[in-house]
Amino acid sequence: MWHFESVSAFVHMGGHGLFVWSAYGITIVVMLLLLLAPLHRGRILLRQMHRHQQHAPSQNVSEHTTAEQSQIQHSEIQHSEVQR
Amino acid sequence: MANNRWQWWHRLGSPRWFYQASGSWLPWLSVATALLFAVGLVWSLGIAPVDAKQGNSFRIIYVHVPASFLALAGYYVMAVAGAVGLIWKIKLADMVMVAAAPIGAALTFVALVSGALWGKPTWGTYWVWDARVTSMLVLLFLYLGVNALYQAFANREVAARACAILALVGTVNIPIIYKSVDWWYSLHQPATIKLTSAPSMHPSMFQPLIVMILAFYCFYALVLILRVRAEILQREQRTTWVRELLEVRP
Repeated sequence: MWHFESVSAFVHMGGHGLFVWSAYGITIVVMLLLLLAPLHRGRILLRQMHRHQQHAPSQNVSEHTTAEQSQIQHSEIQHSEVQR
Repeated sequence: MANNRWQWWHRLGSPRWFYQASGSWLPWLSVATALLFAVGLVWSLGIAPVDAKQGNSFRIIYVHVPASFLALAGYYVMAVAGAVGLIWKIKLADMVMVAAAPIGAALTFVALVSGALWGKPTWGTYWVWDARVTSMLVLLFLYLGVNALYQAFANREVAARACAILALVGTVNIPIIYKSVDWWYSLHQPATIKLTSAPSMHPSMFQPLIVMILAFYCFYALVLILRVRAEILQREQRTTWVRELLEVRP
């Protein structure tokens, strides 16, 4: 069932090892980065929100007024991302 | 009646509903993705037989074809979400469109790089300016363009509108990519899988490809949902429901 006779044959891939392994390697690295990016962003956001919450005790804001507020925030966050 | 019929549509457009619903999909999707990749990688690297002409370099097909599939499917996701956002002004659709752009760019990049690494031992060159390869490069630039365009606007709604228009105009490229191997003389081999006919591969080679394509589909859905959730959290961080969410899970 297993195609290769030895570990070295598996690594060598009949002379195509470099191409096969780098293609799979690059694919896996890119996909891991794709997966980690939103998780990392979510974690940073949650930390920021906790900090904000400690500074300003929660006030009930309706979903409508926040639409414009978050609009402003969007550009603020973009600027802070650039600075970082 | 009319009210009921449209209720699901509006609920689907609610970021809050999506955030809560997707939270219960994530564990299943993560497990499915991990399992499919575990099976698919072992099968494609170690068990699938070698191609008589191409030898082991043929194994690159198991990352190249799924990545290309999702690079194209991802464009539909982006363009359709853009159109929905443009027509019905649904914010969630805008978020999906914006989230789809970097994923699509990354998968197109993977398709191009794995194709280059496959081309060297098979065609004798990493790169060729032929119709299929060039139209895929255009796809990469379209994804990067949508992403850059979104970042360029301070106003989120204007940004989404501009991106949706660019995404829809760029749809012209999609049939060109599909048909490029038939329309022009090309080094690129014709499609391995066609909906209209039996696959041009032996089942022992074809089955691991199906597993890998499913793995890539699940992965795409997983990353798209994670990105949209992060975007929702950022946009709605001042709302009561997100604050309540924080209190439950400090």
